[in-house]
Amino acid sequence: MRAVTATLIWILVALVAIGLYLSWTAGRLDRLHSRIDAARAALDAQLLRRASVAQELATSGVLDPAASIVLYEAAHAARQAEEEQREVAESELSQALRAVFAEAQQVEAVREAPGGEAAARELTEAVRRVPMARRFHNDAVGAARRLREHRKVRWFHLAGHAPFPLAFEMDDEPPTALVDRAA
Amino acid sequence: MRIGIVCPYSWDVPGGVQFHIRDLAEYFIRLGHEVSVLAPADDDTPLPPYVVSAGRAVPVPYNGSVARLNFGFLSAARVRRWLHDGAFDVVHIHEPTSPSLGLLTCWAAQGPIVATFHTSNPRSRAMIAAYSILQAALEKISARIAVSEYARRTLVEHLGGDAVVIPNGVDVGFFARAEPNPEWQGDTIGFIGRIDEPRKGLPVLMKALPKILAARPQTRLLVAGRGDEKEAVETLPAELRSRVEFLGMVSDEDKARFLRSVDLYVAPNTGGESFGIILVEALSAGAPVLASDLDAFAQVLDQGAAGELFTNEDADALAEAAVRLLADPARRGELSERGSMHVRRFDWSTVGADILSVYETVTTGTAAVAADERPGLRARFGLARD
Repeated sequence: MRAVTATLIWILVALVAIGLYLSWTAGRLDRLHSRIDAARAALDAQLLRRASVAQELATSGVLDPAASIVLYEAAHAARQAEEEQREVAESELSQALRAVFAEAQQVEAVREAPGGEAAARELTEAVRRVPMARRFHNDAVGAARRLREHRKVRWFHLAGHAPFPLAFEMDDEPPTALVDRAA
Repeated sequence: MRIGIVCPYSWDVPGGVQFHIRDLAEYFIRLGHEVSVLAPADDDTPLPPYVVSAGRAVPVPYNGSVARLNFGFLSAARVRRWLHDGAFDVVHIHEPTSPSLGLLTCWAAQGPIVATFHTSNPRSRAMIAAYSILQAALEKISARIAVSEYARRTLVEHLGGDAVVIPNGVDVGFFARAEPNPEWQGDTIGFIGRIDEPRKGLPVLMKALPKILAARPQTRLLVAGRGDEKEAVETLPAELRSRVEFLGMVSDEDKARFLRSVDLYVAPNTGGESFGIILVEALSAGAPVLASDLDAFAQVLDQGAAGELFTNEDADALAEAAVRLLADPARRGELSERGSMHVRRFDWSTVGADILSVYETVTTGTAAVAADERPGLRARFGLARD
């Protein structure tokens, strides 16, 4: 009789321990999900900022008409893109920015225009921060995915109904004339 | 912005990470941010007003040398109090994988955490054992910074995830403005580093020296750094020993003047470097640089464009390059000029702005840092009432 009680107690202890561990893991996962949400919000903010500055520059009349149209089109498309086309549209904006600001002289021309100094600084900041924000977002996504692929998370459905996190893949290479501060 | 910075190593002991944090904190304070640095320090050491002591660090053998680390119950409590009192917008942890304050802070904080990985040590056995614990703490970091592409690669391989590369900063102007000292000029080779630390590479330079002196007898080697001077010249033939001058530990001002003066700066480090701040300082001072081709050094020197590289641990290659450069003032002038251009990206004005960008990226749309209140059991089971 005593042996049975002892066994039962041990089973109970083990169950409680497993329960605590799973609860701790669920907490970890929850924290990761909120980190992804925050990183995604930051990435959205940086992308939007970049598109706004690009659009502002395109409509400012500082650039030549052809460059203005290219930049305006790309910035507009990036801002209006549906979720599924977002990565492509943002990549195209990166390409347009690279094409327009391929030469250091173009950046100089913008700087010389009235209010251009501020616009150029804002754009430089934006093209620098988009890759940062994207890297932080994808880092969080990677961490969450690694944890979610683990057996304990899958078997016990610890992730609940949270959608499987997806990385944000795009071409975010900044224009060299804007980031090459050594020159 | 309210910024909390965590320094894992003793504030009383000079070191690269400590200097980096000091300069970073002072840069942010000049810009008008509120900065608090949490660092291990003896209770009686005088600290700058922005440093909060986390108590005395305990010397522990770690990562091949004796490190002074903080851990245990008391330190953890101090970290919590610091986080609570500081109410920071962002916490910046340095070296979060070393078992010290950085890891404790990671454990105790929630909210936007930025971490800088300075070293690129291969994964240790202890780290594998502690991996799951470490992983849970490291998951809280919202943004990782690696000091070089090399450090980033090790980070990605060992811990997974990704990081942005922001190099260590240097006050370029401070070195560029220093007054050269005529005593240290004229066919001089400079070396700065611990004499008795073989990884700093002085033995390689000593091995190359007879060859250099055979080609250019008027050459002098100036060595600045702590260590046993007699032991350092032991391998050198007696008649050549007078060509080596030891300056001992030098102040920051003298270091800048030293780098402004020498005709050639040699960095023969054999390994264990993840960045190479001394090279950046030498470039800032306009010294022509000859360095071993470690990954980190090659990156700082722009793959050889901003300074020459020689095959690591190859004393003959070092001697050949040194003799060639000493005999060619035009090439040295060219290196010095290219170095001065290249080094601007390491100036605090650039590096600090980048780090601030990271802070602003991670604080967008999140609450401030707080102590991580572990939910009680009742809360976990949804029973807490509040």
